[in-house]
Amino acid sequence: MSDAVLSVESAGPHVSIQDGGRVGFMRYGVPRSGPLDRRSMAAANLALGNPAGAPVIEVSASGVSVECLSGAVTFAVAGGGFIVEHAGSRRGSWSVATLKSGEKLAIRPGLWGSWCYLAFAGALQSPRWLGSAATHAASGLGGGALAAGRRLTIAGAERREGREGAIACPIGARPRHEARVTLGPQQRFFSPEAIEDFLGGVWEMTDAWDRMGVRLSGPAIAPHAALDMPSEPVPRGAVQVAGDGVAALLLADHQTTGGYPKIATVLDCDLDALVQLRPRDPLRFVLVSPEEAIAAARAAAQCERSYRQAIAARI
Amino acid sequence: MRPRAFPVFAPVAEHGLLVEFGETVDRAVNDQVIALDAAISSSPFEGFLEAVPAYASLLIRFDPLIADHRLVEAHARGLLGGRAAARAETLREVPVCYDSDLAPDLAAVAEAAGLTEEEVVNAHLAGRYDVFMYGFAPGYAYLAGVPERLRLPRKPSPVRGVAAGSVLIAGPQCLVTTLIMPTGWWIIGRSPARILTGSEEHPFLFDVGDKVAFRRIDRAAYHAEVRA
Repeated sequence: MSDAVLSVESAGPHVSIQDGGRVGFMRYGVPRSGPLDRRSMAAANLALGNPAGAPVIEVSASGVSVECLSGAVTFAVAGGGFIVEHAGSRRGSWSVATLKSGEKLAIRPGLWGSWCYLAFAGALQSPRWLGSAATHAASGLGGGALAAGRRLTIAGAERREGREGAIACPIGARPRHEARVTLGPQQRFFSPEAIEDFLGGVWEMTDAWDRMGVRLSGPAIAPHAALDMPSEPVPRGAVQVAGDGVAALLLADHQTTGGYPKIATVLDCDLDALVQLRPRDPLRFVLVSPEEAIAAARAAAQCERSYRQAIAARI
Repeated sequence: MRPRAFPVFAPVAEHGLLVEFGETVDRAVNDQVIALDAAISSSPFEGFLEAVPAYASLLIRFDPLIADHRLVEAHARGLLGGRAAARAETLREVPVCYDSDLAPDLAAVAEAAGLTEEEVVNAHLAGRYDVFMYGFAPGYAYLAGVPERLRLPRKPSPVRGVAAGSVLIAGPQCLVTTLIMPTGWWIIGRSPARILTGSEEHPFLFDVGDKVAFRRIDRAAYHAEVRA
């Protein structure tokens, strides 16, 4: 076992180191961060035999390329339908191969999806903050963004040829055009007609996105009451509506509190597939009761458990 | 909108319950938030993940594989019935240098308030502040307690690139920034205090419910503490 050292040749915006995230610090203004698509990140890690939350590189649709300067390491790419170019071969995401000294690896957007995850058989070395390597984009705290010239060290890098090949892409990893929501918790700021338009309308993802959230375009649903509420806690998945009627869905690096009313909150178990949508992709919201939300989360967790067991066991 | 009877329990997706105690920024309302927050952390239910206090509400987050909204609401209601926990009286002292290049809005605040700059500084130092909540960004603690005569509405448009450590006021609120961020609040000083402490055991200077007093320091002391 030795180290593998990679050099970043190019990295677009929003390419950063992520891990399972930091839990329990929302009371200090710190969101969990971690991957936007947690399922795909877990798949990349488990396909190599790593813990599901080990540090990885989160790759946006702007892509990344690295060169291996020394050592050799088996890697996995999962999430979206990206193109993986490596040592003269061309594959899709959902695959495992081994990167050797002198070889290059480039990941570019392909037919579908907005995010993929590059995991290594070994420990990706990274600065940590509050016990986590997850990058909080606005502050840069945690592992940080990737930029050309950055060196990455994988400690205890291993070749795990037995794991090379395809990773099954679960159906739940495909982009999701229907997001289940519970109403509110600040639905009182909206007229019954606005709520009907919110639930009945077709929404679109827009170009205005980052790790904090994505602006949505769709029906005008301006709050009908004065925006005088004191800031309230805001979770990942909240759909908040500014005074001008613009709706935004909050994601992994969300603000922990906010004064804009939340018309609805997307179920956490639907967020991983939702973030794989691309700008101008359509999206609908489907109202569920709190009881249905719990049942949906339990069913999704059951599916995810079986999937993880299947890929982790693959040798 | 009809007036609501507090506390209000609102489900949030499959993992949260928002408990609202009022709709105002008010010490008595915030006391109830802090009391429930303390009660839950000392007697959590199975599946409890974290509680997030804000001015007038507490978000209780839970694992949907173990708990559900009904169970969490019943648990929270049970805790409300108990005796209100005494508010923590930890006092944190925060040094501030009010030199004009570190306090670009001091003159404008003085003018708007009809005071001299020295009177603004003294009024700010005389305030009694409570940490009501964190929000916006890591370590942004919202301190309520700005004296009446310094309460100004925020600026019409935010200023970009405001230095970390800036001491800001808007309305009844004061905060010390931790990151370089845009802000529409008034910048009246700079503090060398590290709110993101870098310590693993106590990574944030304040807990919600703490009291805060500001202490004036001169430029030499400011530089000495920044270097420390």
